[in-house]
Amino acid sequence: MTLLRIKNLSCRIGQVPILHDVGLSLEAGRIAGIIGESGCGKSMTAHAITRLLPPGSQANGTLLLDKTDILTASEAEMCALRGKTVSMIFQEPMTALNPVKTIGDQVAEAIMIHKDIPRSEAMAQTRATLDRVDIPADRFPLTRYPHEISGGQRQRVCIAMAIALRPKLLIADEPTTALDVTTQAGILNLLARLVREDGMGLLMISHDLAIMHGMADHIHIIQKGRVVENGPTRHLFRHMKHPCSRALLAAGTHRPDRKVKVCETPLLTVENVTRTYTLPRTGFRVKPGLFRAVDGVSFSIRKGESLGIVGESGCGKSTLARAILGLENTQAGEIRLGKEAVFTGKRPNRAVRRKMQVVFQDPYGSFNPRHKVARLVSEPFHLLDTHPADASDQVARALAAVGLTPEDADKYPHEFSGGQRQRIAIARALIIRPQLIILDEAVSALDISVRARILELLAHLSETHGLTYLFISHDLSVVRSITDRVLVMQLGKIVEEGPTEQIFDAPQHPYTRSLIAAAPQLPGNAT
Amino acid sequence: MPANVPVMLRYALLRLQSLVLSLFAASVVIFLTVEVVPGDPAVFMLGINAQEDTLAALRAELGLDQPPWQRYFSWAGGLLTGDLGTSYTYRTPVAEMVADRLRISLPLATYALVLGTLIAFPAGILAATRRGSAADTSVMGLTQCGIAIPNFWFAMLIILVFSINLRWFPAGGFPGWEDPFTAIKALTLPAIALALPQASILARVMRSALLDTLGEDYIRTARAKGLTRRQVLWRHALRNALIPVLTIIGLQFTFLIAGGIIIEQVFFLPGLGRLIFQAISQRDMIVVESVVMLLVFAVIVVNFAVDLAYAWIDPRLRTAR
Repeated sequence: MTLLRIKNLSCRIGQVPILHDVGLSLEAGRIAGIIGESGCGKSMTAHAITRLLPPGSQANGTLLLDKTDILTASEAEMCALRGKTVSMIFQEPMTALNPVKTIGDQVAEAIMIHKDIPRSEAMAQTRATLDRVDIPADRFPLTRYPHEISGGQRQRVCIAMAIALRPKLLIADEPTTALDVTTQAGILNLLARLVREDGMGLLMISHDLAIMHGMADHIHIIQKGRVVENGPTRHLFRHMKHPCSRALLAAGTHRPDRKVKVCETPLLTVENVTRTYTLPRTGFRVKPGLFRAVDGVSFSIRKGESLGIVGESGCGKSTLARAILGLENTQAGEIRLGKEAVFTGKRPNRAVRRKMQVVFQDPYGSFNPRHKVARLVSEPFHLLDTHPADASDQVARALAAVGLTPEDADKYPHEFSGGQRQRIAIARALIIRPQLIILDEAVSALDISVRARILELLAHLSETHGLTYLFISHDLSVVRSITDRVLVMQLGKIVEEGPTEQIFDAPQHPYTRSLIAAAPQLPGNAT
Repeated sequence: MPANVPVMLRYALLRLQSLVLSLFAASVVIFLTVEVVPGDPAVFMLGINAQEDTLAALRAELGLDQPPWQRYFSWAGGLLTGDLGTSYTYRTPVAEMVADRLRISLPLATYALVLGTLIAFPAGILAATRRGSAADTSVMGLTQCGIAIPNFWFAMLIILVFSINLRWFPAGGFPGWEDPFTAIKALTLPAIALALPQASILARVMRSALLDTLGEDYIRTARAKGLTRRQVLWRHALRNALIPVLTIIGLQFTFLIAGGIIIEQVFFLPGLGRLIFQAISQRDMIVVESVVMLLVFAVIVVNFAVDLAYAWIDPRLRTAR
């Protein structure tokens, strides 16, 4: 019997149409995937099923969940349904749990809201559910608070909350996007296991084709609020017809064409660099502990090379980037650009600083919203001794180089999309003609197609401007597509380094192997 | 939460350590500023034309001829035993004077704070849960007025209405605590006058804190579990919204203890605010010193209580320092 049947679902917020004639059906025990870029309406579809749409939205069409007509049910009926028949898990496990309540209380609440049972019994069921999602009692008593466990563990607690009452349908909205690759593999395995064991239907939403390829039985590709193509996963990947889906697939496997001219002289030399942080005191007279974020790291980048640093969150890769930029003082070792040290005495060396620039992850957060683009892009001029006379010409040239127009200089950052903002960030990095650009998760927040275009731009700029890149990311496929050489970092140390293809094809260190094994892969023969 | 008692206790002890250190530092600073800055209390008391030997005798009597560190220890020792010395002008024990005033100021501050909270919480919750509605607009408008209206003017207004026209409450003065009912009645109008601006500020803080919290991801999670809007508000949103609200309540309480001087004047209440005012104009430094120390003590103790409340609300703060 069909568990979920959606026909002609349309949805609007105020006067803005979001979904048009969406159709989808899901059987019990199966996994359906919805793929699309941000803003395409995939999350709206999920929220329409639980009727947790934002205020002012209106949905029309047919939405049948296990014989209940969702669109006409009363709010009380919906409350009885949510958590019991249909459950949801979300993208951001770090904020999805109430920080002031224990994990036990939060899972038990999901049970007690629907079942009239004593608290002790609810707690026993909570314990059993947490055991099912591999949150064992010895390490995770019910009295733990969310901040005491990691992101992956929090997502497991969220899953426990969602499956505690064995719902018929589970909706997972980008459940692993915020997680590291090995953690992601664990969560995906868990979800697949629960579907198998409980025979529930799983509706999975993601922008990542590779994940969907490994998980879903049936895939729906949504673009601009419409399902443009759908079909059984294998068939769909072999015979993609719609140009939008093909473009999506092409972007996911895109590798920019790079012509590399690597000189033998090293541009950046990092020697035995160590950065330690003092941990907060645990008692009044207890000596504070030390945390080695970067622990005796040495490497060098040759001029014209593109070097990748991969590792899971917290491995020290961003701290290392900050140290190279002179934003962090190091406790030991030396960082040199060319022949000059980044730090001279206690202060960063300005002469060196103007030869390197950085692009950060978040194109929304890294600009002052009250400055115009011209001012934002010309910021690095303060590293020069004199402000150039032709500053506005240089801004126009930098904007043109990243594919924007000189007229954009008079706009504010909120007038641009995420990809355009990242172009502005790259223009800002380019403007004083640096030799080295550090890209710290610079494309991680972008949609696949936007990401492909930015990577293409970076490859092009390295040729035209003679740039050297240090590319930091947790996303292995991105690093593979744009770097010549890779360093693998774990717990502040470099555990493996070598040419990119060699590392990915024949990883030596067990940690590298586990990272590469955990990364979802697209099929090689997909068209 | 029995499992957390050791953590909470540890946290409380740590905060207590810093409370004691703060009190010590504050007492040294207050002593230095009041005692070592120029200005001889003996000259103030006897006048500029006093004889040198009379002045010397008075200084000996007041203990002003001793070295500063000795004076500090006798003063600080006195503080610990409840002996605040003798007022230069009134020749009565400062402890008694302060205690007399506190009998009015402390209940008045508490009364105003309770009233303010009782008004602010429902108003803030109502405005936040019905954002953009008529209720929200009225709460925002009324609180704007509450902040804008000077409280002495509002005090005169309510005297006019409730004392002179309706004769429900006395217009001023304080009959003492012999009959608690009349005492509370006498404090009601001043408490309302003090509570109005505080309640307005608190309601707005409550509203914005609650709006922030209601937008959090875990609220969406709770709704997805099947909780109704009301259940989400009471079980998940309110406790998380309390942190900024408590900060404001703590600040307001310490302000109310001595900051109600204008309202005390309007209602002829012999409170702590008036005592400080008189003591400063008469250069009665020992009174000033003791009252300031007392206020600092109140601020530090209230902060301590607020810190403990933070930690009770938010487990993340129990381990952080």
